[in-house]
Amino acid sequence: MTLMNEPIKRAEIKPKYCRFKKNGIKYIDYKDPDFLLKFINEQGKILPRRLTGNSWKFQNKVAQAVKRARHVALLPYLADSLK
Amino acid sequence: MKNYETVFILNPVLSEDQAKDTVEKFVKLLTSAKAEVINVEKWGLKKMAYAIQNKSTGFYNLLEFTTDSSDLVSTLETEFRRDESVMRFLTTVLDKHAVIYNARRRKGEFNRTKKQATRKEEVAA
Repeated sequence: MTLMNEPIKRAEIKPKYCRFKKNGIKYIDYKDPDFLLKFINEQGKILPRRLTGNSWKFQNKVAQAVKRARHVALLPYLADSLK
Repeated sequence: MKNYETVFILNPVLSEDQAKDTVEKFVKLLTSAKAEVINVEKWGLKKMAYAIQNKSTGFYNLLEFTTDSSDLVSTLETEFRRDESVMRFLTTVLDKHAVIYNARRRKGEFNRTKKQATRKEEVAA
């Protein structure tokens, strides 16, 4: 019976939230690579909204900021082990 | 009136004085075109995330300015392209939130050195 689906404990699922909306951050700076590291994975790829919980508006701004940071070589386009 | 911000990377082969002169040249270009230069920041020699023109470091510089004429940005960028010591540049228009953010940044409200210092202490401890 090990393969049987376990009942989902609803209380354990934390609701996602957009950290920018919650903290009232309105501008995402592309000149701050340390902050942008939170939104990319080890390979330097931008993490999806599914994982970051960002709202559509701020996910787009994050993506734009990461792309700008890449252009001025503050973040890599390709990487093996960023973290 | 629009606010702009430009980050550009100078060749690390230049001496400190040459780098300074190059930055001044671009500042002069802006002031002569009646643009108001708000901030000039030199981040110094920084390691880049990837090699550009086979070089792993570069002099990072930041210019903030406001101007009425939309042609000025394109003249500035052609000047960047002409100058061989400029390895990379990026000009962005600032929206109202970005202007507020930059004003706070200039005052040093996001005190980077402090943060880095505490981080180093954490590593050491």
